[in-house]
Amino acid sequence: MTLKTLKLSATTALGLIVGVTPALAQMTEVGAGEGELSIVAWAGYVERGETDPKFDWVTKFEESSGCKVSVKTANTSDEMVALMNEGGFDLVTASGDASLRLIAGGRVQEINKDLIPSWSTIDPRLQDAPWHTVDGKHYGVPYMWGPNVLMYNTEVFKEPPTSWNVVFEEQNLPDGQSNKGRVQAYDGPIHVADAAQYLMFHKPELGITSPYELNEDQYKAALDLLRGQREIVSRYWHDAFIQIDDFKNEGVVASGSWPFQVNLLKAGGAPVASTIPQEGATGWADTTMLHVDSEHPNCAYMWFEHQLASNLQSDLSVWFGANPSVPAACTDGRGMQTAEGCTANGLDDFDRIRFWTTPVADCSQGEDTCVPYYRWVSDYIGVIGGR
Amino acid sequence: MTSAPAILPERGIADRLTAIFWRHPRLLLFVLLTPPLLWLGVVYLGSLLALLLQSFYSIDDFSGVVKEEFTLKTYAELFRAQNLDIILRTLLMSAAVTIGCAIIAFPIAYFAARFARGRWKAVFYLGVMLPLWSSYLVKVYAWKLILAKEGIITWAAEGVGLSMILNAILAIPGIGGNSLSTSPMGTFIVFVYVWLPYMILPMQASLERVPNSMLEASADLGASKAQTFRTVILPLAMPGMIAGSIFTFSLTMGDYIIPQIVGTSARFIGLAVYQLQGTAGNIPLAAAFAVVPIIIMLIYLTIAKRKGAFDAL
Repeated sequence: MTLKTLKLSATTALGLIVGVTPALAQMTEVGAGEGELSIVAWAGYVERGETDPKFDWVTKFEESSGCKVSVKTANTSDEMVALMNEGGFDLVTASGDASLRLIAGGRVQEINKDLIPSWSTIDPRLQDAPWHTVDGKHYGVPYMWGPNVLMYNTEVFKEPPTSWNVVFEEQNLPDGQSNKGRVQAYDGPIHVADAAQYLMFHKPELGITSPYELNEDQYKAALDLLRGQREIVSRYWHDAFIQIDDFKNEGVVASGSWPFQVNLLKAGGAPVASTIPQEGATGWADTTMLHVDSEHPNCAYMWFEHQLASNLQSDLSVWFGANPSVPAACTDGRGMQTAEGCTANGLDDFDRIRFWTTPVADCSQGEDTCVPYYRWVSDYIGVIGGR
Repeated sequence: MTSAPAILPERGIADRLTAIFWRHPRLLLFVLLTPPLLWLGVVYLGSLLALLLQSFYSIDDFSGVVKEEFTLKTYAELFRAQNLDIILRTLLMSAAVTIGCAIIAFPIAYFAARFARGRWKAVFYLGVMLPLWSSYLVKVYAWKLILAKEGIITWAAEGVGLSMILNAILAIPGIGGNSLSTSPMGTFIVFVYVWLPYMILPMQASLERVPNSMLEASADLGASKAQTFRTVILPLAMPGMIAGSIFTFSLTMGDYIIPQIVGTSARFIGLAVYQLQGTAGNIPLAAAFAVVPIIIMLIYLTIAKRKGAFDAL
């Protein structure tokens, strides 16, 4: 008997004795709140008015539910998976490249959508999205989605750049100087998908159909492109605030980025703007997922409802430059977002965005033909190391 | 006539305790030594063993969950080209930082030990220690701004017409880059700055112990200043230098913050460990990586011990 089964049987036995049903299956009813809720979230995702008093979607929740919210900020999807594997958290706002790993690892529990009254208001395109639905079971509630935009300096680019090639290939920018050392790229293995998407458009002969499903040849081409990119990237970014500083002090003029940094830089008066070039963009669609051993499931279900029904969807979409999972939040005036704002954030570009998903070996090209994620991780470390 | 007894009656718990300790001297020793030994054994060695154990596990490639079965697979991964790169890069940086620190620290330590007197000595100690009193992170972020492309160094170089030299340095392949803050050169500078005090202090201690009589004897026997320096001062200062190098070498090898903020984003061991355990959830590989500096330091310490570095501590 291994330690794990021992633990499991011990817990089950304990559950039987105490008369508590272990959280092996989904919840059947929402009881009184447990007074606390801890969330692993992206920077800027759970705001309580401390950064800017206008943006607050926590205080009211705490007042009405009695659940005190604590937030652990994570910078990358890998970090989120690691934190959830460690345990001790209730919810995570997982992107598509983390959510399936969390489900496969048995770290999150199935959601009973009947307990979430506003479930039906979710964008139908997201309700059964493959990054949180496995075998017809839902493992999360859609939170926000948005594109990975191309951020650029408006003093260098009088016109928005039309192609991602400004960050992938050495060239002279409109101000006459080379882009070498003046562009950045994301310091996460999922950036391989951005390269693949670029190739999808420029090298159709490779036959890439999804940037997350690459066979050996396609993968090699993407890595080669990234090796070329290493020559022009002086530093990779993973911390949003270091990227902001680099745009201010390091002479960086173009980079893949999140609307979050664009908004903060604009608010600080920096000459930047963002665009989705002709190749389209990768994007994230985040899902709030509930840890399998969560100690505050009632608070979590209250948060699920809050996340869909309150000002959260609307105000967060303004704050983060993202799109609400509840389309009505763009127009019904529950927060500050407007229809124009949603359009600017790319609401109509849903079909041009290829959402982050975890690359797996068994893909649509056949079993064991695609390069799985762990190789993306180690190879990308190699690429950044100049290999 | 009554006389007072030779042994006074017990006056309470304190007396009784004193008596117990007096009768059983080993008990006192045991009580005093248990907390530090527990600390050393459980907290320090225990966590080290847990780390070692983790490095013999592996992770499931997709879900990222640690498989608790004994395997050497994780150690084999260390020998992949990109991981060997990381180890080699870290070793080179640690060696360079150590040598850089030694070269800069020697004159400072020499002056402080042999020429500074009275108030000047205090000023020297204070000057060396002062940077240690401010936050490490603040110092590193400050250096990021100082070294930035639009930072003060570039600005000053332009002002005095030295941009050519700066650009020439930045153009050197391998250590150069787009700006000081995004080049290995910048990482080196910040490392040297941050660890310099740890080199100066032991060096100064060993230089202070070089007896004047030996220098006089050397001069009496007709040695030139350079000869005295080479054959008397340097060998006698060596233990201090090695003691200092233990600090600079091991601190550089384990640091994960500086290469994250200043440099080319290329991984160092510390950063790799940080990312593997914190962001990739690959605790076994992180543990295997963490074992590398331990082994290197053990080798290093053995050599240092032979050279007598610990006599100077």
